[in-house]
Amino acid sequence: MSKFKKKKTGDLPAISTASLPDIVFMLLFFFMVATVMRDSTLMVKNVLPAADQVQKLDKKDRVMYIYAGRPSSRYSDKYGTQARIQLNDKFSTVSEIGAFVLAERASKRQELQNVLTTALKVDGDTKMGLITDIKQELRKVNALKINYTTRIGDYSKNIE
Amino acid sequence: MRRSSPEVNAGSMADIAFLLLIFFLVTTTIETDSGINRKLPPMEELEDPPIIKQKNIFTVVVNKYNQLLVEEELSDIENLRSLAVKFLDNGGGNGDDACDYCQGDADLRSSDNPQKAIISLKNDRETSYKVYISVQNELVAAYNELRNREYLRLNPLDGMDFTEANRRFSDPRTNPEEKERLRPKLRVVKDMFPQKLSEAEPSKK
Repeated sequence: MSKFKKKKTGDLPAISTASLPDIVFMLLFFFMVATVMRDSTLMVKNVLPAADQVQKLDKKDRVMYIYAGRPSSRYSDKYGTQARIQLNDKFSTVSEIGAFVLAERASKRQELQNVLTTALKVDGDTKMGLITDIKQELRKVNALKINYTTRIGDYSKNIE
Repeated sequence: MRRSSPEVNAGSMADIAFLLLIFFLVTTTIETDSGINRKLPPMEELEDPPIIKQKNIFTVVVNKYNQLLVEEELSDIENLRSLAVKFLDNGGGNGDDACDYCQGDADLRSSDNPQKAIISLKNDRETSYKVYISVQNELVAAYNELRNREYLRLNPLDGMDFTEANRRFSDPRTNPEEKERLRPKLRVVKDMFPQKLSEAEPSKK
């Protein structure tokens, strides 16, 4: 005698789950397309200083990033321990900032070219000399809107 | 006769896809950076810089040992905010220069009114960046403190202060009607306490 005897008639067939993978794949593709991965790997130490009087930096498409800080341990035997500037994926000198800004500006849409902000992601232990040099270079190419990117926190965290 | 191979079970495909989906959900960061916005002065020099009275300038100097000199006196960063507020809110002017909303001591040796008051920041090349940011943060905080006070006084029914209103204004998700409503209010308060923060040109060595 069979336990699993087919019932003759009456109830509905089970709902097919065959389309479930399709739905999940659809979601998967949405997330893969919609998310922006961090476009450059950090090659410098980048512990941002803390501040609490901050404004949000929305709209990623109108921001360009300049990183600065000591080369991280992987690179320190090659590039030393002096603070360096990182533009895109490579170490750069101060004189290359102008060209970088112009290239970034040219790659943006026409209507955004005048509203670009430069986000300075600088390690807290960097000396101001380097930052002053960066700012002078930015002034030369008329990229005047800058943002000192910070962590959110009380300033007393900066001074230990 | 060739036996047909059994059909591959596709039931686990959903599991695999879920796994990938969760991976992407977790790894992607939709983070927004935040920081202190600043506007650099344009490169071209003014022909003849306007003459500013010494009493309208609040000098902050950070030396290479990260020590702070406020108005030629050694000071702690904890006191910087209150000193800056006191200077900006002084309202020592008479006649045309009078400031009717200032609540300061009206000291004749300090600033005339917030429109004329300028904070001048000078740092050494050896100054640490985090100290510089702390100083910037405290100076912005001084402006925000005064702007909050005036915003609350002028718009007591809004139920928010200047920083909150400004955050809403610059948030792209806020609807345009509210932005238009906030714009004149923010303008008024910004004009009452304009952020005049001047940084010294780097000294050439």
